[in-house]
Amino acid sequence: MPIKFPFSRRAAPSDAWTKCPSCDAQVFNKQLERNQRLCPSCGHHFRMSVGERLDLLLDRESFEERDAGLEAVDRLGFHDDRPYDDRLEASRVKTGLRDAVVWGTGTIEGQRVAIGIFDFRFMGGSMGSVVGEKLARCFETALAERIPAIVVSASGGARMQEGTLALMQLAKTTAPLVRLDDAGVPFIAVLTDPTTGGVLASFASLGDVILAEPKALIGFAGARVASDTVGEEMPEGFQTAEFLLTHGFVDAVVPRPELRSSLARLLRLLPVAAVDDGAQTTPPERPWGPIGALSGLAERFGGAVSETIGIDVDQPPADGNGRTPAAEREEAR
Amino acid sequence: MSDAQTIQRAGPPAPEAVEEAWSRVQLARHPQRPRTLDLIGVIFEGFFELHGDRTFGDDAAIVGGPATLDGVPVMVIGHQKGTDTESNILRNFGSPHPEGFRKAQRLMRLADKLGMPIVTFLDTAGAFPGPAAEERGQAEAIASSIKLMTGLQVPIVVVVLGEGGSGGALALGVGDVVLALENAVYSVISPEGCASILWRSRDEARTAAAAMRMTAADQVDLGVVDAIVAEPGEGAHTDHTATGKALRAAIISAMRRLSGRETAELLATRYARLRGLGAYLETGAASPARPEVPSLRRRIGRILHLPGVPRRPRWSEIWPSNDTDDDNERGA
Ligand SMILES: [Zn+2]
Repeated sequence: MPIKFPFSRRAAPSDAWTKCPSCDAQVFNKQLERNQRLCPSCGHHFRMSVGERLDLLLDRESFEERDAGLEAVDRLGFHDDRPYDDRLEASRVKTGLRDAVVWGTGTIEGQRVAIGIFDFRFMGGSMGSVVGEKLARCFETALAERIPAIVVSASGGARMQEGTLALMQLAKTTAPLVRLDDAGVPFIAVLTDPTTGGVLASFASLGDVILAEPKALIGFAGARVASDTVGEEMPEGFQTAEFLLTHGFVDAVVPRPELRSSLARLLRLLPVAAVDDGAQTTPPERPWGPIGALSGLAERFGGAVSETIGIDVDQPPADGNGRTPAAEREEAR
Repeated sequence: MSDAQTIQRAGPPAPEAVEEAWSRVQLARHPQRPRTLDLIGVIFEGFFELHGDRTFGDDAAIVGGPATLDGVPVMVIGHQKGTDTESNILRNFGSPHPEGFRKAQRLMRLADKLGMPIVTFLDTAGAFPGPAAEERGQAEAIASSIKLMTGLQVPIVVVVLGEGGSGGALALGVGDVVLALENAVYSVISPEGCASILWRSRDEARTAAAAMRMTAADQVDLGVVDAIVAEPGEGAHTDHTATGKALRAAIISAMRRLSGRETAELLATRYARLRGLGAYLETGAASPARPEVPSLRRRIGRILHLPGVPRRPRWSEIWPSNDTDDDNERGA
């Protein structure tokens, strides 16, 4: 479907001034745009559009968008005060995006990455089937090309209008991370304001390194849901980036002006694991795997017994260098 | 699926659909509905409950341990709701804290180590949203459970018993075969939570329940659940033993289907199952106003600031901020 797209900023006039929620200063919008959307008085981090985030993080003209054409489908026929399709269309017109995530490949200080970026303006950055599919493809491309994966999140969580299909995106975006682990490909999560609900309860909490922007709201349950359910006010500073840092769930709180250089440093310090000429990207099947128990089960339940039961337990697997752990211990002596 | 199979015309849920959905929700939440421990006694033999996450504590909202299924050792894990006020306080109404999910992870790793198949039971309104749970990393605990389950090298059969409530349910819900009792429900957010966000009133929970299509039959239609297990009489609460026996037969049948698979095939099939969940269109269209690759003349022209050479737009010009945040656009 054609997207009505307000190309020039003049076509979508916004108010010239924005009030800073932290210090109440009136900030000229042009000034925000020039200043990485940071409040000039107090440094408050305003939310960024996906376009601004791309310009902030990636080398100029390095980004190639992938799967731009994926579009949401109203599989449930969801209708609250208006149909899901109308909400989608309103968000498309407002943002010029087809859904809440843009992903592609690009470079950061010359280092190639697969990167997915949320835009909170598209239905609160909520994760439905399109977001899940794009992120899964982002991770799978990182795996296939052996380049690091980065996801910059800004999301209220799973998209209710897609029901359990949205819930299943938690698993869809998480499953490829197991393969990245096996293949030795790093994944860096960047949590920006806000990152909550199902997005935090899946890939966003599973970065090999997790960075967060200062004062970003990051939490599992919305504070309102939490206080409704628990019946008590939440403590001060609860569910902020700094709270998560204190409790050990993020690695660093990085101010926006340092985000690009911090990512570049991490990419240099955490390179993709080297592979042998055999280019083995998955580890050998564990020799003491489930086959033993399964063969008993299969006999019992009458299923087929696989042929690969021949396991020599006394002979542990050789490592990548063709040496057994025992031989290595021998050498170490 | 990559295209919509049965796209319905969007409209407010019909009154019959609202009635149907809400009666299922009531049955799924029925105070006499069999709980995980009730059914374990019927389905398995010799269940030995194990406690603690080895890090923080024990969470009574999740139970688990080894048992045998028709003589074969398996690991059993499930949410545990109470049956009266006292036991519901002990069980936190079946809403786990992070240590519950971490206990489950520990038991799954043990099953993986010993090559024991896993059976899980989902029955929770959701993971507990309180401050202590947040402090101890509720989201991380759920995410790690989901990740662990996607990579376990043993067969996993998941049974939705009552309420499949959001991430707290999915944390035990990634499997090779997903079964649901006839009156079980599964949803991305509670109907009350959905109603309060989208309808701005918890009183619309019935409407939200229908709109989210959360019944077991809906879940089969969406591909989230593979098969429904019929309940006896007026519902599972009328006969726990018959419910357990029906589940036992269904679980054994599912295990029989999985037991011949090699590990690689098992994992590949599980991955494909998760990858296939969702509905979207692949239009192949480019982004609106995608910047074209600049010609050499343009590149040089821009560097030298030659007049008449248009600058390639930056991404922030294509997708600028226009602050019109709608508080209604919230996720779960
Ligand atoms: Zn300020």
